[in-house]
Amino acid sequence: MSRSNGEAQLLETATASDLQIPMLELNGVHKRFGGLHAVNNVSFKVAPGNIKAVIGPNGAGKTTLFNLIAGNLPVSAGAITFHGREIQGKKTHQIARLGMARTFQNIKLFHGMTALDCVMVGRHVQSRSGFFAGMCNLPSTWKEERANRERSMELLELLQIADLAHVEATSLAFGQQRAVEMARALAAEPQLLLLDEPAAGLNIYETAEVARLICMIRDMGITVLLVEHDMSLVMDISDEIVVLSFGSKIAEDTPPNIQKNAEVIKIYLGEDDEG
Amino acid sequence: MKTRKNCSLAALCLVMVGLHLLTVLTGTQFYLTQLTMAAYYGLVVIGLGVLMGYAGQISIGHAGFFAIGGYLAAALTTRNLTLWQDVWAVQWLGSLGLLVTGHDIYGARLLTVSPWAACVFAISVAALVALVIGGPVLKLKGHYLAMATLGFGTIIYRIFLASPYFGEADGISEVPGFTLLPALGSFGPLVISGDADHRVLNFYLAWSVLILGMGLLLNLIGSRVGRALRSLHSSEEAAEACGVETARFKLRVFVLSAVYAAVAGVLLTHFNGGIGPSEASVMKSVRYVALVAVGGMINLWGTLIMGVGLTFLSLRGVFGVYDDAVFGLILIFVMLFAPEGILSLRLKPVLRRLFLGPQS
Repeated sequence: MSRSNGEAQLLETATASDLQIPMLELNGVHKRFGGLHAVNNVSFKVAPGNIKAVIGPNGAGKTTLFNLIAGNLPVSAGAITFHGREIQGKKTHQIARLGMARTFQNIKLFHGMTALDCVMVGRHVQSRSGFFAGMCNLPSTWKEERANRERSMELLELLQIADLAHVEATSLAFGQQRAVEMARALAAEPQLLLLDEPAAGLNIYETAEVARLICMIRDMGITVLLVEHDMSLVMDISDEIVVLSFGSKIAEDTPPNIQKNAEVIKIYLGEDDEG
Repeated sequence: MKTRKNCSLAALCLVMVGLHLLTVLTGTQFYLTQLTMAAYYGLVVIGLGVLMGYAGQISIGHAGFFAIGGYLAAALTTRNLTLWQDVWAVQWLGSLGLLVTGHDIYGARLLTVSPWAACVFAISVAALVALVIGGPVLKLKGHYLAMATLGFGTIIYRIFLASPYFGEADGISEVPGFTLLPALGSFGPLVISGDADHRVLNFYLAWSVLILGMGLLLNLIGSRVGRALRSLHSSEEAAEACGVETARFKLRVFVLSAVYAAVAGVLLTHFNGGIGPSEASVMKSVRYVALVAVGGMINLWGTLIMGVGLTFLSLRGVFGVYDDAVFGLILIFVMLFAPEGILSLRLKPVLRRLFLGPQS
């Protein structure tokens, strides 16, 4: 919490020159799978405190792009800079430790663990007790454990699923599982949150709730980068939108301008690529 | 939750005392020998239980780590160094007080490594081997990991079976007792040995080691590390995204469970007074896996109860010549009918139907 508060204050007092350091910068990022150019020379920046969306037809390379940013896949070429540090080639857990958290398109909660336990795994980067301290149950771990538990409960309350804290996470309803995943990502107190289709499979009310939530996360001082299919959600909440098609960036602009962009309409909205 | 854990451990202490009293009341103190051995095997099984059930990494080579511990402790405390006593390394060990002198049954002078030094060395070697093997092997998943650890177990078995230093097919016998603590005042010495007059002491020592080992593992699985292990069991990708160093955590829990096996190997070898190559055999590894599965994989108490209980029955010879076959059958039965362990079966309704007829 302290970090996100600090970040918010930083944003309020930031001068124009400070804001020129982007939270995330992609420079000529390229990913080849054999002969397929899944991500082709993509460059864009995400400004701190913004909500940026990546849209595109199915197979445009959005999730691949996310996996490149989060370190799940190595880039074939190009540079990814997170808060001034180059992160391409770093391992996923190292990137997570630098302050990047993510959710998954096909929810990846932990089997056999309660919702609270799942969120407490998210606290991993915010705590440090290791094998020896854990086995001996050293007093130094007690305070840390209590703090982790309290913060995790806070986040479950924020996402309005605190009453499900002790239910096995994978047995929850779909929307609740998404909420647990979101809480797990927030538990790491990230500076940048990657959301992979946060509204997929949700009904219109739940989607509206997700929109409200993402804005709330932004107001906590966390920069958000999301991939999403739901156009109304993207247009409502995004500060900027990047459009991908067949791995290439074809537009980057504010939502109203994207809606007017002829090329975007042609490849994405005008033609029936969605199916 | 913390109080429940402590209550369970206290209950286990009561079970220990209860078992002793039961053997005294029924005049079956000779059972204590098998109960002692079962406790040491139980230590291997709970260590493997954390690796398999919680971290989700199978190992069909844990008899190898048990054997490394047992064989090294046996060899170092029995092999006579008198011939090499002028070599600088032996003299150096002697100057550190790590050697002991004694006499063999023919009265010849014996110069051997002290059990404490041998114990530390044996466990360190097992940990080191686990570290070196685990690094590359734990990159594999599922069946591939099973095959690789099976290969490791087979190699260790063959080494002990073929090496004259380790007694080839005969193994090593005449292993001396392990004096944990010398006699203090009115207390006798704490010795791990198979002597009949140390039987009660050794029963309590073995069960204390088991209860201590269990307590440490219960602490671990309830901690930050335990959550990380369970998370990487379910999804390494999501665990990594949460900042869990999956490769390092897998390796550490592998080494930890190898150390549990090696500790059991060292202590049981001193208790039995010897060790043979069957302790390193693949069937032993399969048995440990079967016991973890019967206990319910992600259920450390079930693993402990099944591990100690079935091992005790096996050591009493209840399964006769079909011993190994019984454990194979148990594995098949558990996988088919009770993948969450025997203790997860709801037997009450089944028994009621059997004895009271179908309910109307």
